[in-house]
Amino acid sequence: MRIESHPILDFPKKQEIFFMFEGRKVSGFQGDTIASALHALGIKTLSYSIHKKRPRGFYCAIGNCASCHMIVNGIPNIRTCITPLEPNMIVQRQENKGVIK
Amino acid sequence: MNYKDLIIIGGGPSGLCAAKTALEAGISVLIIERSPHVGGQLIKQTHKFFGSKDQYAKTRGYDIATKLHKDIENLENLEILTDTTVVGLYEDHVVTVLHKDQYLRYQAGSIIVATGASEKFLAFENNDLPGIYGAGATQTLMNVYGVLPGKEVVMVGSGNIGLIVSYQLMQAGVKVKAIVEAAPTIGGYKVHASKMTRLGVPILTSTTVKKAIGTNELEAVEIVSLDKNWKEIENTSRILKIDALCISVGLTPMHQLLSMINAKMMFVSELGGFVPVIHENHQTSIPSVFVCGDAVGIEEASSAMMEGYLTGLYVGKYLNRLHPDYENLVKHYESQLSLLRDGPFGVKTKVGLTKLKEGSSHA
Repeated sequence: MRIESHPILDFPKKQEIFFMFEGRKVSGFQGDTIASALHALGIKTLSYSIHKKRPRGFYCAIGNCASCHMIVNGIPNIRTCITPLEPNMIVQRQENKGVIK
Repeated sequence: MNYKDLIIIGGGPSGLCAAKTALEAGISVLIIERSPHVGGQLIKQTHKFFGSKDQYAKTRGYDIATKLHKDIENLENLEILTDTTVVGLYEDHVVTVLHKDQYLRYQAGSIIVATGASEKFLAFENNDLPGIYGAGATQTLMNVYGVLPGKEVVMVGSGNIGLIVSYQLMQAGVKVKAIVEAAPTIGGYKVHASKMTRLGVPILTSTTVKKAIGTNELEAVEIVSLDKNWKEIENTSRILKIDALCISVGLTPMHQLLSMINAKMMFVSELGGFVPVIHENHQTSIPSVFVCGDAVGIEEASSAMMEGYLTGLYVGKYLNRLHPDYENLVKHYESQLSLLRDGPFGVKTKVGLTKLKEGSSHA
């Protein structure tokens, strides 16, 4: 859900950016981070915990907490809450510590 | 390896202000910022600041961020790296960073650690469900990216951040069902609390979260009342249906980089947790490594700015590049800082700083 109107802030429509999430083509906007774009689409689960595979969303939104780590373009442990969204990114949920290829 | 007179880690209010006074003294400065923007947490603060004109009162947080950036962007010898995370800090003043996919190394004459703070967390059942956020995180999501955290929210914690973010959630169109506070009294300023009460949001004191409920995402929260020993009172359980829970139970300094280089640390609860022991002029136990802002004790952004200006001046003196107006400016910012700390909410900070000073005399 995006904010439609706000008493103080303006959110002018920006350019739409298409990217892949778990094999689906989805979109966000210029200025989004990966996590904010996913959240606007109603996608709150970004990763699964390493042992019990419990769903995880982001907690801090400023790059501190590691709760939003995802695999982006094949690279694991990307802090999606501070990584700007770019066209054609391939974004996947992570469920392990990450494998370096 | 690139050389800079001064590397500032963190482009928040404190780091930007330190850069200003250091640049004015003719020092070359590199600011390293993890996020895509400088301004730190000011960029999400839509409220107007309190205090006097010198402390940017009556200005909205994000406008202060813009102003602090404008103050320095045209000064010579400044480089700002955003989207850049420090991955290593060494005692010989080498700073290694990850900038997008590049690994870069810098060496500095002096370093200011202005890493700020992180939001504390709270232990309760299912506290890892998606839909549970730091209060500051929802503020970032709404006010920077224009995305709503949910439709119905409960806020945990009635300090100023909890109260202000609750108000901002309402402004963005989110229903705040309740603000719960484990302590028997409201933590933040009365003016903020009254605003929420006028909007019909109950502030439930002596109340806490027992557990979060939901399978894949947060669906509800169970809250209970606490007695004067902070123990659960039986038969007071209530279930509130919500899709977002915000945790606002305080901040803790980001000391990790300083711990990495074995700077002497001290636990001072009044300052929010582990903080570096500082000697005069905001220098840590590691020569040439300075610290300012929330990284050396949780306060308001106004104090972080004043500390930043001061630390920039101190670094100039340390590097034998005295600011042309050094004496006057030091006096000015020191008096601003003590004014800010003279209020009732500064008592805790002053106690903490005294403890820290005692720690330094034993160092």
